[in-house]
Amino acid sequence: MPEEPLLSVTRLTKHFAPVAFGRGPVVRAVEDVSFEVPRGRVVGLVGESGSGKTTIGRMVAQLIEPTSGSVRFDGVETARLSARQLRRLHARVQYIFQDPFASLSPRMTIGEILTEGLEIQRLGTRAERAEKAVKALAAVDLPADAFSRYAHEFSGGQRQRIGIARALVLEPELIVADEPVSALDVSIQAQIINLLRDLQLRLGLTMLFIAHDLAVVEYVADTVIVLYLGRIVEIAPSRELYSNPRHPYTRALLSAVPSPDPARRGKRQILTGDIPSPANPPSGCVFRTRCPFALDACAGPVPALREVAPGHANACIRDDLD
Amino acid sequence: MAGPPVIEIKGLTTTFRIGGREVAAVRDLDLTIAAGETLALVGESGSGKSVTSLSIVGLLPKGIGRIASGRLMLRRKSGETAELQALDNETLRCIRGNDIGMVFQEPLTSLNPVYTIGEQIAEPIRIHLGKSRREAIADAARLLVDVGIPDPQRRVRQYPHELSGGMRQRATIAMALACNPALLIADEPTTALDVTIQAQILDLLAKLQAERGMAMLFVTHNLGVVAEIADRVAVMYAGSIVEAGNVRSVFSHPRHPYTKGLMRSVPQLGEATALKEAGAPLQTIAGSVPSLVDLPPGCAFAPRCPHAIGACTTAFPDLVDTGKGHASRCIRWQEI
Repeated sequence: MPEEPLLSVTRLTKHFAPVAFGRGPVVRAVEDVSFEVPRGRVVGLVGESGSGKTTIGRMVAQLIEPTSGSVRFDGVETARLSARQLRRLHARVQYIFQDPFASLSPRMTIGEILTEGLEIQRLGTRAERAEKAVKALAAVDLPADAFSRYAHEFSGGQRQRIGIARALVLEPELIVADEPVSALDVSIQAQIINLLRDLQLRLGLTMLFIAHDLAVVEYVADTVIVLYLGRIVEIAPSRELYSNPRHPYTRALLSAVPSPDPARRGKRQILTGDIPSPANPPSGCVFRTRCPFALDACAGPVPALREVAPGHANACIRDDLD
Repeated sequence: MAGPPVIEIKGLTTTFRIGGREVAAVRDLDLTIAAGETLALVGESGSGKSVTSLSIVGLLPKGIGRIASGRLMLRRKSGETAELQALDNETLRCIRGNDIGMVFQEPLTSLNPVYTIGEQIAEPIRIHLGKSRREAIADAARLLVDVGIPDPQRRVRQYPHELSGGMRQRATIAMALACNPALLIADEPTTALDVTIQAQILDLLAKLQAERGMAMLFVTHNLGVVAEIADRVAVMYAGSIVEAGNVRSVFSHPRHPYTKGLMRSVPQLGEATALKEAGAPLQTIAGSVPSLVDLPPGCAFAPRCPHAIGACTTAFPDLVDTGKGHASRCIRWQEI
């Protein structure tokens, strides 16, 4: 019998209530999303604004509650946990945020930032907590003297290393990394991606890696999930997705990434129109309003994800595109 | 293809007062853009790319930033040449939005939330071209068609919050083009947009530029975007141009270690899988961008450069012509 996945998400849905005094439409941020993350693996969630990728990450990390559907962590249904059990779960699932300037308190020393989680979890003595924090700093290649300094003394890349150290210090099993490099300069991005990949392999971490940048996800993720307007349109092993994308949206997304390599500049497929509002998503296939291959049938029932190769599923009804 | 120069900058040095000291954010920069030509300024945070564009339009923060030396010569629509560094604010106001159009990164901050799209596009037309409100609004509607916004009669009456991010950026482009400028400065115009919308906006800018024969200065941190939009590229690092030339030439044969490192550290679609499977890390540039307050002596890139030798840290290198209009500020360019 195969090992149970560390994280298993089933029919996850999140609707946000209207903001304007209860009037206006419900925002359908995530609709009927199911996937699994096996232990020690990295799953990438990719999509543009409004695709629901961050909302999924927050539900997985128990920062917000799903409207319906389930998040099972290590075989346990998280919705049924008591407050105390939930706090213990928070130590096992850690979050890395996008903006290293907004996510570190300017009033706390790095040592206080790194030991706060341990304190909340009531783990170890003060000295033991400090020792763990220094070890976490070493793991992200920062000097031990960072412990007594403040966030403003560090560059963007170093701050993101601090954000990673804060996630590591609790020795989590699952890390949700939400756009961890998109606020960084190009020459620093690759350093941080290498660090995350290295830590993941060395510590056997399981990771949900959220990004809008397909190129960033490719190096880190074993499996990539492409989201559009709150729904999964394609899911595939990383190698498959980049070499053999099937869904018209995935293809358009890959083709829209501009490449500096003169040899790679080919004809680009430019999608027309805007991403529809998640408050008013199209019926049927959510991508059909921008899809160059849409048929009348695409407005009918929501297309199901169908397996097209082992581990590769596509939510497009057209099999004749090639 | 390229016409006479529209903007010619010689020896621009722009300084900022930081903690009682004058710090050069841009030093000794030369650049020329001809009519119908697009030059991309590319660099990371603090490289001086945006300070260069703000120096051209005279929008440096008052009392903090100033043009310390250099000449910025703009050939105006009237054919006369203006020396931008010597102009008073009033004359500069007649040039901004008229001879020079500007598009910035965040369309929501460039648009005023309390005026309609039509009023905002019409404003420069009324001020600079002296047209009536009615005429200017009619022009605005035509401009919206030019930038690919359907249903312009309805859109001119809408407010910025009623438009999507991509549509707002189209509206700010319409505003920048309202007076048919000789030079368009686009400072990270697609950075805040999703990648499928970015592709649309780049396509639109290229088309408008070709139709109108404007000179375009395109500021970005994204090398892929440069390849997509520009004829020539100037790579900036710590306030100086370190490499410049035709996009194809610079990207296929980079002659400066920084450009080379930058290109390698951007993972290419499809390549990362091969690296991962080989167990190899992504290529990186060691260290981080130096602070302008504390620049290393000699070449600013030397402390991060794998090719640095003793001579690199003694004298600030010149920008040397490496042939065919390609230039590098590296004393070892021939070996790279």
